[in-house]
Amino acid sequence: MIAAQDLRKAYGPTLVLDGVSFALAQGQCLALLGPNGAGKTTLLRLLATLLRPTSGSLRVGGIDAVREPDRVRPLLGVVAHGSYVYEDLTARENLRFWETMRGGDAAPVRLAAALAQVELDAVAEERVRTFSAGMKRRLGLARVLLAQARVLLLDEPFTGLDRRGQKWVNEFLLAFKAAGGTAVLATHSLGGGLAVADRIAILGQGRLLLDRPAAGLSSEELHRLYESLTEAAP
Amino acid sequence: MTYARRAWIIFHKDLLVERRSKEQTNALLFFCLLLLFLFQFALGPDRDRLTAALPGLLWLGFILAGLLGLGRSFLAERENDCWEGLRLTPGDKSAIYLGKLAGNCVLMSAVEVVLVVLFGVFYNVDLWTPAAPLAVVLALGTVGLASVGTLFAAMTTQVRARELLFPVLLLPVQVPVLLATVSATQALLLGQPLGDVAHWLKLLAGADAVYLTIGLLTFEFVLEG
Repeated sequence: MIAAQDLRKAYGPTLVLDGVSFALAQGQCLALLGPNGAGKTTLLRLLATLLRPTSGSLRVGGIDAVREPDRVRPLLGVVAHGSYVYEDLTARENLRFWETMRGGDAAPVRLAAALAQVELDAVAEERVRTFSAGMKRRLGLARVLLAQARVLLLDEPFTGLDRRGQKWVNEFLLAFKAAGGTAVLATHSLGGGLAVADRIAILGQGRLLLDRPAAGLSSEELHRLYESLTEAAP
Repeated sequence: MTYARRAWIIFHKDLLVERRSKEQTNALLFFCLLLLFLFQFALGPDRDRLTAALPGLLWLGFILAGLLGLGRSFLAERENDCWEGLRLTPGDKSAIYLGKLAGNCVLMSAVEVVLVVLFGVFYNVDLWTPAAPLAVVLALGTVGLASVGTLFAAMTTQVRARELLFPVLLLPVQVPVLLATVSATQALLLGQPLGDVAHWLKLLAGADAVYLTIGLLTFEFVLEG
């Protein structure tokens, strides 16, 4: 579903991503781990077609995402730091706005179902300004649910969430994968990433330091690998 | 989904957000009142001086209020990364520009109506007799100001020094619009018919067409950064 080959991204003389290559099959989830400044968000933004790579190739769903971003975008569901919500609209109005802009079906029944699925149906008519960070994140996921995205890109999905919220995101991702969706999540939460991912990748200084299956990897081993690789990175 | 529907959704969303937050409306109305007091102090009670200066003052008020209002028109998109969300939506991105422009025109028109009424009351000037031809000049001038203002607001919204950069970019480009609107307004306030200012209206319509076309053609590049 995703095939990245030798992706490089530079801002002037500063190289943010240096030769990142990986492939992710349909129904798989990749957890991108790494310290601050490792390039996780940059890689996620490249996958989301919000940035163009300096060099390298990227195919999503078999489409060249660098040359034809407009064809790739309908496949994507992106939940970034800001969750794409308007503070002065209600939860329902936000969903209606984005779904209509996407050209999808914004029927009240669908909106209500999506809000119920992310457990925001009780606050559907309240302005987002009154929501917590976790509720905004869940509203972002409801937007993705409505869009029926095939590829989910999540930037720090566990940030600002309590234990219940984290468990909820984990369950959401597992259900998304089971339905054949592909997901990439950039996170600092090693435990959260390991709980849902099929593959673990560690980025450091813009390079992919590790890319391996998550199966058989214990939390302790992941912590040890993470420490050794990120400390050893130049 | 049709192009017009996408533009309508953006327009409707902007008006809904403004109706609820009232951020721009409150600030602009207060600003208009301040301007009127300032002009009153500056010009004093001399009626001849006031009559000569009125068209310029009127448009100075519109421009200053426009700078404040237009400059903030993409702030809601900056919050929570909605700007990125708009980039990811399919279809022609110029529909977003058209929706934003329509919203800005409505807001600016509302401020202009308030300013004109207040000018009439404060300075005891008859603005009712030339109201219809004045409305034509105001409408054309508003489109000219808002079409460039909306584009430049989008260009500068991600820039750190946007409050400084926005007027620096906008004002030089507005020279033809200002020249035509001030001259036409002056002639109309002196009692001349609309036909006498046809050349200014043509200039305004031409400038509007050029600015609008540039906005529609370039907005996608601005949005994609």
